[in-house]
Amino acid sequence: MDRIPILKMGPFLLVTIQVDLYDRLALSLENDLINMVSKTGARGVLIDISAVNIVDSFMGRILGNIASMSRIMDAETVVVGMQPAVAITLVELGLTLQGVHTALNVEKGMDLLYDKSDLLTDEQNNQEDTEEPDDYND
Amino acid sequence: MNTKQTAQLLKKQKKTILESWMKHQLADEALRDDLISNDDLRRQSEELLNGIITATEKGNFDNVYSSEYDLVNDVLNDISITRARQGFSPREVTMYVLSLKQAIIEVMIKEHKDQPELLFTEIQMTNKLLDNLSILTFETYLKGREEVILRQTDEINEISTPVIRVWDGILALPIIGTLDSQRTQIVMENLLQEIVNTGSNIAILDISGVPAVDSLVAQHLIKTVSATRLMGAECIISGIRAEIAQTIVHLGIDLSSIKTKASLASALQLAFTMLSLEVKKKNTGNIQNSRLIR
Repeated sequence: MDRIPILKMGPFLLVTIQVDLYDRLALSLENDLINMVSKTGARGVLIDISAVNIVDSFMGRILGNIASMSRIMDAETVVVGMQPAVAITLVELGLTLQGVHTALNVEKGMDLLYDKSDLLTDEQNNQEDTEEPDDYND
Repeated sequence: MNTKQTAQLLKKQKKTILESWMKHQLADEALRDDLISNDDLRRQSEELLNGIITATEKGNFDNVYSSEYDLVNDVLNDISITRARQGFSPREVTMYVLSLKQAIIEVMIKEHKDQPELLFTEIQMTNKLLDNLSILTFETYLKGREEVILRQTDEINEISTPVIRVWDGILALPIIGTLDSQRTQIVMENLLQEIVNTGSNIAILDISGVPAVDSLVAQHLIKTVSATRLMGAECIISGIRAEIAQTIVHLGIDLSSIKTKASLASALQLAFTMLSLEVKKKNTGNIQNSRLIR
């Protein structure tokens, strides 16, 4: 059976869904992802669905489930790159994914995750490093 | 009783009928000589009369849907559709066919003055035929008018949903006119597509041009906002007038989950704050300089 790879990126987990999700695949993704969160102690999960063209109510519920489960385990969930048609379908189905953060693309999603989990990005870390000497001069 | 005789009578008296018909049409106060010239009118009338004479040749006065009447139907369709587009009133279009009835009956009276029974049946037949034809005309006329309305609706839908990029990362969407399901769908699709194209974070929906908000319209707005949120952008609704605010509260619609602002300006201000942008007046000191020069 296919599996969707889950990548670890620093304190976060990155999932890119490249195929159309059928029910069993979605269930196994949910299972794998939660196990992975617990194993790595990730602070955030980023799900990229920009390649997904078709969703149904089940898929919407799985996304909601993943978000709820992750939050219990202290990890925020961001869904990024949703297609307009997918967004319209989910709204028509009445699934507004409350509790799931959304972003336009992976880049903005990452920023949002850093923001939500109170972690500093590498850039901000660097900035602070460079600023420190100035402080000493004063 | 021979219907073919009647048909022959029509054929024989064609010229008289046409003249009399034209006279009736020209005498009618409702004649629109500004929309159609007399020559055109005569040509159209002759064409139609010829069609009717050919169709009735075999004595068929009853069934206007038979193949013999194809030509008549075509001519009538043509006339009523062009007239619908040119802006003729329903009365004028119907009168066109009904005045033919008068012309034909006049000829029949003249011909069979001394045979009242024959005259009666003939008039009855003519009545039936022309009534059917006028119903046909009116149906086509209405169809023509409906086409005009449909085309206009399409055009309005197309031009009325512009998505404006007001700032880097901020889109504005002024909605003018009533929001129904079909329009919401178009608005939503345009907005979402534009969000993807420009990678904008914030969309401002300005409803100052929406005349009334009922629970259905509010539902549509909430849907649009939810869809935008799913895409990963924020949505602000602006341009809420006092009466709209009143209706929304009276209807018990909950908009608390949506950011709302009274004017587009304040919505833009909020958007700037959300993007951590600042707009400042430029301090050039122009006034002081000009004073110094004087």
